[in-house]
Amino acid sequence: MSTQIEREEMEFDVVIVGGGPAGLSAAIRLRQLMPEATVCLVEKGSEIGAHIVSGAVIEPRALAELFPDWQERGAPLKTPVTEEKVLFLTGKRGFSIPFIDKLMPAMANHGNYVVSLGEVCRWLGAQAEELGVEIYPGFAAAEPFIEDGRLCGIITGDMGVNREGEQGPNFAPGMILRARQTILTEGVRGSISQRVMKQFNLRQGVDPQTYGLGIKEVWEIPAEKHKPGFVQHSFGWPMDDGTYGGAWLYHFGENLVSYGFVTGLDYSNTWLSPFQEMQRLKTHPEFAKHLEGGRRLIYGARALSEGGFQSLPRLSFPGGVLAGDSAGFLNMPKIKGTHTAMKSGMLAAEAVAEALGHEGPCEATSYTRRFKSSWLFKELFEARNVRPAFALWGNRLGALYAGIDSLIFRGRAPWTLHFRHTDHEALKPADQCKPIAYPKPDGTLTFDLTSSVFLSGTNHEEDQPIHLKLRDPSKWLPVNWNIFRSPESRYCPAGVYEALEENSTMRLQINAQNCVHCKTCDIKDPTQNIDWCVPEGAGGPNYPVGM
Amino acid sequence: MKIVVPVKRVVDYNIKPRVKADNSGVDTQGVKMSMNPFDEIAVEEAVRLREKGAASEIVVVTIGVAEAQPVLRTAMAMGADRGILVQTDADLEPLAVAKLLKVIIDRENPGLVVMGKQAIDDDMNATGQILAARLNWPQGTFASSVAVEDGRITVVREADGGLETVRLALPAVVTTDLRLNEPRYATMPNIMKAKKKPLETIAADTLGVDIAPRLEVVSVVEPPVRQAGIKVSSVAELVGKLRDEAKVI
Repeated sequence: MSTQIEREEMEFDVVIVGGGPAGLSAAIRLRQLMPEATVCLVEKGSEIGAHIVSGAVIEPRALAELFPDWQERGAPLKTPVTEEKVLFLTGKRGFSIPFIDKLMPAMANHGNYVVSLGEVCRWLGAQAEELGVEIYPGFAAAEPFIEDGRLCGIITGDMGVNREGEQGPNFAPGMILRARQTILTEGVRGSISQRVMKQFNLRQGVDPQTYGLGIKEVWEIPAEKHKPGFVQHSFGWPMDDGTYGGAWLYHFGENLVSYGFVTGLDYSNTWLSPFQEMQRLKTHPEFAKHLEGGRRLIYGARALSEGGFQSLPRLSFPGGVLAGDSAGFLNMPKIKGTHTAMKSGMLAAEAVAEALGHEGPCEATSYTRRFKSSWLFKELFEARNVRPAFALWGNRLGALYAGIDSLIFRGRAPWTLHFRHTDHEALKPADQCKPIAYPKPDGTLTFDLTSSVFLSGTNHEEDQPIHLKLRDPSKWLPVNWNIFRSPESRYCPAGVYEALEENSTMRLQINAQNCVHCKTCDIKDPTQNIDWCVPEGAGGPNYPVGM
Repeated sequence: MKIVVPVKRVVDYNIKPRVKADNSGVDTQGVKMSMNPFDEIAVEEAVRLREKGAASEIVVVTIGVAEAQPVLRTAMAMGADRGILVQTDADLEPLAVAKLLKVIIDRENPGLVVMGKQAIDDDMNATGQILAARLNWPQGTFASSVAVEDGRITVVREADGGLETVRLALPAVVTTDLRLNEPRYATMPNIMKAKKKPLETIAADTLGVDIAPRLEVVSVVEPPVRQAGIKVSSVAELVGKLRDEAKVI
């Protein structure tokens, strides 16, 4: 972004980046505590909820703290969990794990709800606006605004810049949104959060973050097959023992089924395609029987943070705080991140409110203290050894360890397991990996990538700079192609990356317009050569309610 | 001169519309809605006419549910001065819309109505024409360029075979085509200002207009899925398949 552009400024007490559960909860909590504070929330999606992808079974604990009267207020938590199954899959069969509520009490979903998180966020957005939060969907925070070594707000993206980077006829320069405190709740791998973590050295002394890629479909099934509140999780097939991943299937709403698959992005086989794994699992009898006779309505994908406790960065820095998955509060063994995101947003808001009470610039340092004395800390601490056990010893031994850790130590084992490497370091060269033959889509249960992306409502203003760039384009051929055979063309769930043969040499085509903003390429590129910048505001997927 | 711009709230153009399971219509439950893109072009053109000094006030009107208000706010963030919501939960056909608009236009007494040539949800392409007829005003449809001069408006129309230029006496109805302009972005300060602009709500049933539907929707179905293509190895095989299987030659 050019620095010569004259930018207008607006000033707020607090600017919040990202309208997911963490950002909206922070906004609401702030106005509850300080009805006079000016709070501005920017969201890059075209509306609140447009970029939200989650399972989602949510635990209402944080919501009940935010709004004790959430039921009277009509929060869209309409499908309580009624029946729960955890399956270990082989190619043809599924074995139900008995007494899961006794073995892994943290996993039990009694008292939880199956929701469309996009719908919950739209509702939270309406509550926030009623409390006086100024919400601006369609405006992306493009740059941190740093002055005198302190985050002083953000700069929104320029609009109307053409493909060549020149100002078009409708050019509207981005604005400086100045804030006394900035709350970063961009979700996983937020582009401002990443820069701020680097600038203020927030990851020093913590484990690298590890991620998963969740790919989801929403189906409408015949009414006679629908069992509202039925919740199923699976592990095992089609993943091998060394690859972390599993599926969910939830019945909710009016004849809707949420189906999805999470692939641990620390996978090593470069031939693996998370999209194809997600598609082929639907042909397993334990999943097919739910979906047969139905039709697919929505498709989407988003990376999630799996590192948990050991991977949490320092939470506050001069001028701002990190909350939600911008920091990485998801509880992986519980497969839930909404209540933790909301709680972290609320704790962040409480600390920010306290900091605003002081004269002059300061840091909301009480956030860390508040976190340490909350149930959120206890929950993440007790869950901390499960995901690294899978990373260290594979799925079978990892599951065994998880059982022991939960049953015998109740999460309070006197040791902490660590993540040894980042996800992109885990990828192996193509000649050391076994190619995977994926079945062709059948057009009824399984589908191709193009028709899938179409169901995400994704669009980007066509004539704008490509928002996905190779930092060093000359690296692609010798590294990404010659060594890894273009893993990006398989891990991208939106078909953005294509390796094409041209004049008997290979080149990478980047179809940035398809991007669903999942951030996987930013995470998994073997040399971290892909730079994910925010595109023009309102671009990206348009997930409807139901997602 | 005052300009009235009627705008419609439709399923956003990025969304793949979904037919309801009972084939009674398109499912709009929880789907992103926004201003009909042709109406955005109409708002932009009205704002440009005001910037050129040809207009003094822009009033945007929408007819529909209470949730249609954000569409008016968007138009006001682009530059319209005030908004009117004619509120009704009924499904409306172009005739009913034109009748309701006529009541508003009789009251507002504008010198010009600029509106989208059609809405992208039902693609009727009728409301502007019906409205002009009921007002007994001249109409310039499918405009790709407009200019106001001495009480007249010159409209270049995108006709089937090329461009047609017509000059109309004001007041008139102009409907906008895609190439007329490229709408501006609503900036944050303008969105803020738009929140404070006047927005009047009028219940449709107080206007004394018969809006009962004249058409009956029999069934709404999705377009058939395109069959996958095949590769042929020779011209003879291609001709053979076209004749014997596709039966097109």
